[in-house]
Amino acid sequence: MKRRDFLKSVTGVAAGALVPAPAIFSPAKADARSETLLIVSEGGPNNLDIHGVGTNVPGYEVSWNCYDRLITHEMKSGPGGVPYYDRDKFKGELADDMKIDDMSVTFKLKKNAKFHDGTPVAAKDVKWSLDRAVSVGGFPTFQMSAGSLTKPEQFVVVDDNTVRVDFAKKDRLTIPDLAVIVPCVVNSELVKKNASEKDPWGLEYTKQQTAGSGAYKLSKWTAGTEVIMERNDAWVGGPLPKIKRVIWRMVPQAGNRRALLERGDADISYELPFKDFQEMKANGKLNVVSLPFSNGIQYIGMNVTKPPFDNPKVRQAIAYALPYQKIMDVVLFGLANPMFGASADKATEVAWPQPTKYSTDMAKAKALLAEAGYANGFETTISFDLNFAGVNEPLCVLVQESLAQIGIKATINKIPGANWRTELNKKEMPLYTNVFSGWLDYPEYFFYWCYHGNNSVFNTMSYKSPEMDKLIDGARNAASTGDKAAYDSDVKGFVDLAYKDIPRIPLYQPFVNVAMQKNISGYQYWFHRRLDYRALVKA
Amino acid sequence: MLTMIGKRLMFAIPSLIGVVIVTFLLTRALPGDPAAYFAGPAATKEAVEQIRKKLGLDKPLIEQFFRYTNDLAHGDFGNSLTTGQPVAAEIRNRLPASAELTLLGLFVSIVIAIPLGVLAATRPGSWIDHLCRITTTAGVSLPVFFTGLVLVYVFYFRLGWSPAPLGRLDVFYSAPPTVTGFYLIDTLIARDLEAFRSALSQLILPATTLAIFSLAPIARMTRASMLAVLASDFVRTARASGLSPGTVIVTYAFRNAMLPVITTLSMVFSFLLGANVLVEKVFAWPGIGSYAVEALISSDFAPVQGFVLTMAVMYVLLNLIIDILYGVIDPRVRLEG
Repeated sequence: MKRRDFLKSVTGVAAGALVPAPAIFSPAKADARSETLLIVSEGGPNNLDIHGVGTNVPGYEVSWNCYDRLITHEMKSGPGGVPYYDRDKFKGELADDMKIDDMSVTFKLKKNAKFHDGTPVAAKDVKWSLDRAVSVGGFPTFQMSAGSLTKPEQFVVVDDNTVRVDFAKKDRLTIPDLAVIVPCVVNSELVKKNASEKDPWGLEYTKQQTAGSGAYKLSKWTAGTEVIMERNDAWVGGPLPKIKRVIWRMVPQAGNRRALLERGDADISYELPFKDFQEMKANGKLNVVSLPFSNGIQYIGMNVTKPPFDNPKVRQAIAYALPYQKIMDVVLFGLANPMFGASADKATEVAWPQPTKYSTDMAKAKALLAEAGYANGFETTISFDLNFAGVNEPLCVLVQESLAQIGIKATINKIPGANWRTELNKKEMPLYTNVFSGWLDYPEYFFYWCYHGNNSVFNTMSYKSPEMDKLIDGARNAASTGDKAAYDSDVKGFVDLAYKDIPRIPLYQPFVNVAMQKNISGYQYWFHRRLDYRALVKA
Repeated sequence: MLTMIGKRLMFAIPSLIGVVIVTFLLTRALPGDPAAYFAGPAATKEAVEQIRKKLGLDKPLIEQFFRYTNDLAHGDFGNSLTTGQPVAAEIRNRLPASAELTLLGLFVSIVIAIPLGVLAATRPGSWIDHLCRITTTAGVSLPVFFTGLVLVYVFYFRLGWSPAPLGRLDVFYSAPPTVTGFYLIDTLIARDLEAFRSALSQLILPATTLAIFSLAPIARMTRASMLAVLASDFVRTARASGLSPGTVIVTYAFRNAMLPVITTLSMVFSFLLGANVLVEKVFAWPGIGSYAVEALISSDFAPVQGFVLTMAVMYVLLNLIIDILYGVIDPRVRLEG
């Protein structure tokens, strides 16, 4: 190329680009809009199959809406009249009928249920899917085991339309565990066709596309950008959903998600800062729903195996030194349920979570610390997960300030998200904040994972107490045999003990916040806290 | 020319090998544990071990490295865990998005910055010189995400002139069939003017944001380079010979002042391509920068390695192109080369 030509061509391109694009508008756009739900959120799925390796939480949302389970929960009226899943009531989704016997449960499948490709849903699909859930390892297998569902032999095909689940032992959580996201029913023939020797469960195939019978089917997924789902008009799991098409876009910037909502371009969003939710609530242009996490608590944990936190007096001192109300006001803008400051004469309830009797009392904290032999305080570090820095960072700064008043010098240790679980697993952090919430909303379930001496990952404090173990095991037994009196006394017992020994200090029960346009209705709260498109209506 | 290109590419091979080794070691040295991260919040120790085994992370480092290089030799960059997709496909999809945005931003920037720089140099100390100084200082001192957010706030949220910052196309348009990966070109090839208009209007704000940021180096470099050339003997001779000021500045001075400007352009381009993460975040742009950063946060090795490698290759190619351009613009460079 000659240099003169080059220079000329550059100016030519410049002139060409200045010609304005013709303005064309499409009427078809407006129609599509009214039948489409546009969701904006920070992150999107990394895998469309909950049985996959390392499927993230947004992936659960796709699974929930695109796959069916045998049974699901009924709805009841929750806080503020918002529909809330009913922990104790089940209804069939793929199953027409559920018969619970002493050591098994039998499901009759709906005769006209079909997968997205038109194949009828048969008992062998159910068995294959449940086998898959207990066999693939990782999270799905772990979740199944929480309901004592561990072996493929437990799932029996009785006939083409009937499946029996045998109980390994009596466990109150077995039936509820069949209604969580994991035991979804997969199109076994389709997936088997796409499986390989290395990948017998076809996980690579279902990672990229849905192979279920659910109310929605995937039409397009661009990882990190968008997920588009269309309604499955042949769905028999429940009443036909109103929304025809769901477009779920990833918008990483929280400010822009709010702008999109306020301008009316997006229909629903979650994962916004608490301050935004509080302001949107106040200005009333949008519907903001705030509901407590079922069975969830944000807490301050302490490693009880090492000084100084091996001393219960020190732990109690910390519990009296925390700035509870400040955290509620400044960090959460009131969008949480306080888990502190119950009056001294309040009787312990058979419920979880429930508030402790601790409240900020510096004099008491100082006295307890002196009694424990740390009158001059000590030095420690307080750690948090940077993935949730929006809440964790201000929270830890407030705790740091408060502890300084009783002579405890705490250095803040910010841990990147990728490293957080590794650190939790090591169980070496002396002081940290974390959140735990269980899908299955039962006190003994929470305590089994968080306080039991078998020292699971969630017992982040390494707390061990034979007395506690006895109470937790007792409650689990009583629940499976239906012995209400024993159950109640054991639950009250372990709550009291947990608050006396205080290895972890409950701060608050977090809220899940969802903001939506005024013309969107039908939002339902589910234990998994993701959206259920099936009930949503756009007016 | 061909021998020169061949030679340059040969020189690039050792640096690429170096990049492969260093990125591999660096990602392994990151503090996070991908197995624990991807095992999910409810994982037991056994579950974490199962994941580790599935990911091949239980093998010794050297074996992992050989497996990685072997895959690489077969064109397989591995799989991203955060997005669940093959890295090569993701980079192929995302690179055009970043490139289109960056090129347009750079183009807008050139159109403004070069005339501004030239004018500032011909009239040093005048109002236009001060204007140049103020714009460039403001542009470079405003962080990109801030400029981006202000533009979104004013033009989308307040005025409603700009479409929703939702990536490359309006939600209700479907992407054109991929030919170049550049939506502006692909929509025209598909003769879909509506989508073209949508793609262009989505591009305006992010491209402006990038342009504002990259104005400074280009304008300043043009000005400095022009000042030096305008003070040189041949320009004085040209002026003394009675050539018109326009001919002196454009034909003689500007061409000679272009070399350092081209170098700056290449620097700015490669910098923008990799570093416009923040702009991509603000405008939900499915580009390569945000992809790499998200992967880094979750210690997802494969995309980070793939990203660094792609960038290294891009740098090599870019330098090559710049060197060839030098020759086109200034024959002396060609002779010496």
